[in-house]
Amino acid sequence: MCTSIEQSVPMTGSAKGAIGWFTMTEAVVSYDHPTHAMLEQSVKIDFVNLGLPPGARAAVEMTKESARALAAAILAVLRDADAQDAYERAR
Amino acid sequence: MQQGAMQAELVTVAGHKGDKISAYLARPLGKGPFPGVVLIHHMPGWDEWYFETTRKFAHHGYVAISHNLYHRNGEGSADDVAARVRAEGGVPDDQVIGDTAGAVAYLRGLPYLNGKVAAFGTCSGGRQTYLVACRTKVLDAAIDCWGGRVVMTKEELTPKQPVAPIEYTKDLSIPLLGLFGNEDKFPTADHVNQHEAELKRLGKNYEFHRYDGAGHGFFYYDRPMYRLEAAQDGWKKLFAFLEKNLVTAKK
Repeated sequence: MCTSIEQSVPMTGSAKGAIGWFTMTEAVVSYDHPTHAMLEQSVKIDFVNLGLPPGARAAVEMTKESARALAAAILAVLRDADAQDAYERAR
Repeated sequence: MQQGAMQAELVTVAGHKGDKISAYLARPLGKGPFPGVVLIHHMPGWDEWYFETTRKFAHHGYVAISHNLYHRNGEGSADDVAARVRAEGGVPDDQVIGDTAGAVAYLRGLPYLNGKVAAFGTCSGGRQTYLVACRTKVLDAAIDCWGGRVVMTKEELTPKQPVAPIEYTKDLSIPLLGLFGNEDKFPTADHVNQHEAELKRLGKNYEFHRYDGAGHGFFYYDRPMYRLEAAQDGWKKLFAFLEKNLVTAKK
């Protein structure tokens, strides 16, 4: 892995990985060679807790197209969630 | 030497600033003396491929050691630890150089070493191999396999990687072998061109081999980037380079 294409964002929430559920502190999004997916390059997202051992990690790796679709789906859900919250507040 | 017979074990070496780090050592059985190879693992970590490749060098008659550059970042599966290292911004170049010098010192302390040691690294390990080759005098030869970011823009420099390795080219004093895929994006063919131009300008002893139809990591037989013909030719050139510089070279 020789790219430096990555972004790290603080997270509030939980993730489930090999150690079970854990509280996550960061999501690290990168574009690099995958560990498992049969791709030469992939978008990787690691949900981690930097205060726990390295096994506190939930990982995904996918094509750029899948990542764009995922990002669009998250934004769409957030739009609906915001609308729902606004409706509830107005009642 | 009993061809193919070897011993492999985990050892502890004194790395950067004397820190104790783990390493995997594989040696041919027999009295020797044997030439040595230090393997600088790639960014995916101190993983099975590096353990296998350490044994591959032993199979070919070299005392080989692969030290764990991520020792300080916690225990776990190689990919989990590598993800942790990425989340923490990577490992500092100075630390990698200190750790590798420590692994070389360990080799040089073995009674069956022939006195010659080369460094081998792929991916980020290729870049780090070049750094060790330029910034220390502990090696006799170096092998950079598709090391990305030897050429770096100012924007890519970080406190942990403050200087582009190409800037140290003037200090290179040992033979260098470089293997690259022409379809690689990290490093691109243009990056390799820039690196080669600097080596040529400064009159360095190097040989670069570039493969059409191959990109990054074409030795990795378990990944889609594997390229059989390039890998076979690359290994052949690599062992010929080691034979020339570690076995038949005068002391």
